[in-house]
Amino acid sequence: MQFEFLLEQVVNGLVLGGYYLLIALGLSLIFSVGGIVNLAHGAFYALGAYVCVELTKRFGFGASVVISPFAVALLGILFERFILRRFYSADPILSLLVTFGLAMVAEQAIRMIWGAAPVSTEIPQTFRGSIIVGDFLFSRYRLLILVVVAAVLLGIWGLLHKTSFGRVVRAGIQRPDMVAALGIRLQPYMTAIVVLGVGMAALGGAFFAPITTVHPAMGAEIMTVAFVVVVIGGLGSFWGVVISALLVGVVRGIAIHFEPAAGEASIYVLMFLVLLVRPRGLLGERMEKFE
Amino acid sequence: MIRYRRRTLLQAGAALVGASAFGLPAIVRAQAERVRIGHLTPLTGFLGVIGSYAQLGVKLAAEEINASGGILGKPIDLLSEDSINPATAATKAQRMLEQDGAVVLLGEISSASSLTIMQVAERNKKVFFSTGARSDALRGKNCNKYSFHCDIPNTVMVNAVGTALSQKGMVKGKKFFTLTADYIFGHDLLKAAKTFFGAHEANLIGDELIATDVTDFSPYLLKVRQAKPDVVCCNLAGNQVTNLVKQYAEFGFPYPLVGFNLNTGDAWAAGAGNLSGTWPTVWYHTLNNPTSQAFVAAFTKKYGKPPENHAWIDYITLKLLAEAINTTKSTDSGELIAFFEKQAQFDIGKTRKAYFRSWDHQLVQEAYPFTVKAKDQMKDQWDMLVLGEVVPAANDGLETIYPTREQNPCEMKA
Repeated sequence: MQFEFLLEQVVNGLVLGGYYLLIALGLSLIFSVGGIVNLAHGAFYALGAYVCVELTKRFGFGASVVISPFAVALLGILFERFILRRFYSADPILSLLVTFGLAMVAEQAIRMIWGAAPVSTEIPQTFRGSIIVGDFLFSRYRLLILVVVAAVLLGIWGLLHKTSFGRVVRAGIQRPDMVAALGIRLQPYMTAIVVLGVGMAALGGAFFAPITTVHPAMGAEIMTVAFVVVVIGGLGSFWGVVISALLVGVVRGIAIHFEPAAGEASIYVLMFLVLLVRPRGLLGERMEKFE
Repeated sequence: MIRYRRRTLLQAGAALVGASAFGLPAIVRAQAERVRIGHLTPLTGFLGVIGSYAQLGVKLAAEEINASGGILGKPIDLLSEDSINPATAATKAQRMLEQDGAVVLLGEISSASSLTIMQVAERNKKVFFSTGARSDALRGKNCNKYSFHCDIPNTVMVNAVGTALSQKGMVKGKKFFTLTADYIFGHDLLKAAKTFFGAHEANLIGDELIATDVTDFSPYLLKVRQAKPDVVCCNLAGNQVTNLVKQYAEFGFPYPLVGFNLNTGDAWAAGAGNLSGTWPTVWYHTLNNPTSQAFVAAFTKKYGKPPENHAWIDYITLKLLAEAINTTKSTDSGELIAFFEKQAQFDIGKTRKAYFRSWDHQLVQEAYPFTVKAKDQMKDQWDMLVLGEVVPAANDGLETIYPTREQNPCEMKA
């Protein structure tokens, strides 16, 4: 029985990891392409949640969870065009400062628009409750999230590895100078990647709005875990981030099973151990432009 | 290089000397004509949401007091800041008393921060009203002469909910599983809960201590299911209650969820359709009496939303403090303490008047259990709760639900 309980925690951890993945993958992609550590990424996650709550009042949850990420992704275009673009080739400290400032501005803007008190929404009746398969219990809603994450992941992987768009992006990550020499402008590709990353964060926010407290500082809260995932996975590595997100979810679940007090600390211990053995992260590649 | 004429320099120098002789004392005099009061409450972190209500409440009280002539004929100068964490709370409290000239301090929700401010108040021999902290230990082993406690303590919350649950047959012989916040408040609440379970033949079959930064409760909920309890009990605080309530509704367990701590702000944040069960509260904006309704009307008019229980408690605390200062005609700590220790009665917007109990400085008052309205019966998003019968019942003494001197001994140094 003890083993089954543990297995249940492992499976639950995988589901949770899928959710971390939505935030972390965008963060990693934006870093890979633009060399920018986007500290404002959490703000888009928060905006995704708020816009979803707001839209749910008018259009219901189903439509809102789809519209919200697209609406926030449009903001991503402005974010890339007017802010990030100026810092691709600048000293990284500048982009850190500007995105950190933007995160604070976004949090205060949310406070001004929606107030400091949390806003709320609920899961549609269809997705409430749990499904019991054998001895395992799954929340219906989290299974839905898992399916969506898997679809998004497959979509992004396909986009990056099976299309000409993806080839240019991957080439741009490794050798931007060569891509330029071939007469390809990387600019629109960068915009697309930022929009994609921001949209994924907003999707995470929209899906988590009914099961977490939607409050102005929620963006800052999620960033810590997102960074841990990206650092463990290795900056710029697609599969590294995927494996790391799932690993972080599972390690936390196992830690809570055996030693609940160590639950939150366990992911930092994991990060420490991984960095000790592989400072580049699990699957982090050597990138010329960052050496 | 700019060259100044000697006469210009001399004139400037004279002006500076003149200003220091005449101007600066004028500023000092202007400050002395106001009564400065320090207010600290968490505006960030997991208690930030309810703390911001507390700040709105205390500001409204200061405005109303000033509009009606202030205290001792002088307006209140309210300094209200984010207490952040226990260490910063203590530093800010010290600064407010030492540098800013605050004559008294009030506020706080976190029991851990309240404890550090209590120590600062004692060191500086200034009165501190801990408005929102609920740990029994603050009134017991950590009590001191300079600290007064306005919110109901953990034992009262447990008794309020426990009584309501007993009446529904949900305590005797039942298996409880608790989820507890891992800091002084939670430990204290669990202790009170264990005492209650022991006295009412309930079994505690599992407890999880949960760090205050946890936002995803799914691993803990799996452990709840593995234990198969009759009742799940939430001993968390702030945003964590909201997260747990939402995720509990998500998993849809058959075991009823109740709790020994909830603020109406957390209930509103959880939203209709997510919250269920029986919980305690110290005050709710639908309480029908003139003092409460006047406060609710003024608050709603000013801020466009009804007040939460922390807005109310910080509001009435500043009001009763002003009343005490005006009665004693003094801001001296010794005189204020002597006044409150006479168990002076205050109208705090409840059926029975409240008073600070002389031996532990607890504001003795009524409390309420509540259940949650069906979504289609709510008039608006704030109209969520149905208050149960007041505890203690009208014919029982107010102190019957409070810990006794033996249960929670407090020794104040003279």
